[in-house]
Amino acid sequence: MRGFSKLTLVNLKLYLREPIATFFTLAFPPLMVVLFGAMYGNDPSPMFGGYGSMDVAMPGYTAMILGTVGLLGVPITISGYRESGVLRRFQATPMRPLTYILADIVANLVTTLLGMMGLVIIGWLLYRVQFEGQVVAVILAVAFGGLAMFSIGYLIAGLAPGARTAQVVGMVIFYPMMFLSGASIPLEVMPETIERIADFLPLTYVVRLLRGLWFGDAWGEHLLETAVLAGVLLVCTALAARFFRWE
Amino acid sequence: MEQDKGTEVSMSSVIEVRNLRKTYGTLVAVDDISFEVDEGEIFGMVGPNGAGKTTTIECIEGLRQPDDGSVQLLGMDPLEKRRAIANHIGIQLQESALPRRLRVAEALDLFASFYKRRADAEELLDILGLTAKRSSAFEKLSGGQKQRLFIALALINKPEVVFFDELTTGLDPQARRSMWDLVRQIREQGCTVFFTTHFMEEAQRLCDRVLIIDRGQIVALDTPEAMIGSLGAENRLVFTLPENQAPPALADLPQVRRVEQFGERVVVYGHGERFASSVVSALEDAEVDFLDLRTEQPNLEDVFLSLTGQEMRE
Repeated sequence: MRGFSKLTLVNLKLYLREPIATFFTLAFPPLMVVLFGAMYGNDPSPMFGGYGSMDVAMPGYTAMILGTVGLLGVPITISGYRESGVLRRFQATPMRPLTYILADIVANLVTTLLGMMGLVIIGWLLYRVQFEGQVVAVILAVAFGGLAMFSIGYLIAGLAPGARTAQVVGMVIFYPMMFLSGASIPLEVMPETIERIADFLPLTYVVRLLRGLWFGDAWGEHLLETAVLAGVLLVCTALAARFFRWE
Repeated sequence: MEQDKGTEVSMSSVIEVRNLRKTYGTLVAVDDISFEVDEGEIFGMVGPNGAGKTTTIECIEGLRQPDDGSVQLLGMDPLEKRRAIANHIGIQLQESALPRRLRVAEALDLFASFYKRRADAEELLDILGLTAKRSSAFEKLSGGQKQRLFIALALINKPEVVFFDELTTGLDPQARRSMWDLVRQIREQGCTVFFTTHFMEEAQRLCDRVLIIDRGQIVALDTPEAMIGSLGAENRLVFTLPENQAPPALADLPQVRRVEQFGERVVVYGHGERFASSVVSALEDAEVDFLDLRTEQPNLEDVFLSLTGQEMRE
């Protein structure tokens, strides 16, 4: 694991130096709270089981950040590094590929958690959003859902011939998921058909798991979500390892 | 695996290439080449673009898998023991990059963390003239600065063998000269240097031994002096005749091998210490009003030309 901590720190620094990436993970979710909070408020609603729009937006937007980082950030960065020759330069060192991937994953998780913190702080300041779960369980669920999303990202990076393609594929997969999984708009306000479509989107299971744990469910009540995400993680990791290329 | 340094096989050659062959589709990039590089040597591989230099160097580095033949680096198979070997070698790739917003000092710090043995990063920055650029992002560096940063990264682990693919491409003449000094310095510290170049002058000035490669095959492998000597140690005397002047009979002089005439330009080939003076006095005896007289030493360009029948062009 030589180089792991240094590489993780460097990855974090590099992420924070990218204005577009930083905007979508750190600034965009709080802005959505401001915007949609102004439109819908946070009054308790029977539709959301007695919670307000902004209460349920917290775990939803967190899932959205995971999707942004995993499906847009990961493929664009990795395939860009491959295209320009950054990965080749790393390949010429004694660093293990696994070290590289783990450092990347940890940096991405830290970024996600930073985004979630900003989101919750704004939500609490503006709407005193409710949180009834266990912090550790929620953070573990963020990490678990994150790994599943990142593994899809690595697979895209492995399969796409170039950085442009990786970006397009990431967007094609992410944007419908962002709107149809309940991440940005709760499924309760959507027509029945959308909910059936949502059943086929991996991000939906991240939203359901996070929302459940956020409002105090035990993890045992979400075995289906856990199984689906574990399946995505295993299959995509195996395929990503198979298709990963340094150049 | 890490403690396996391959030094128990005490031998002086650090690189052994046997019948190396590599094809890309129907293109034969490297065609059955064999050679050895000794410890502490500055070994240069020269040839035109597409000759197979990069393929060869990357097969030795363990970054490419040969189709046939074998490579031993520090007594190990570079593909099987890639990570163990990577600790002991430095690599500058012909084409690579760093994350665009990574800064120079951060890059050295990061790459140092991958190795057990580490050179002094500040000293490397200083030697390579990058101290003033330590806080600059990679994307803001000029081509020459990037090249020097990659050379610094190749030296960050105090390597036993260092590989430079296109050592001075992108450097201005002055930076090129200081790079030559640096390479000699690196060797004085006991490091073996293997580099490729398409500058014949660079190979001639720097190398203990030169391997000339063309179309995937070894054309010649020797010291630059021996190669030039093998041309028959021919010196050249070039001069221009005035219009309508008949060329004098120079071919009879004992030091002269042959005379070629291209219009008014005459090239006399010969050898020996008195070659130039004997030709000049013969011209004066014949009262020839020669112009623009100069002598030319044979160089590696001539070696390449005589062995391949083509000019060495970039």
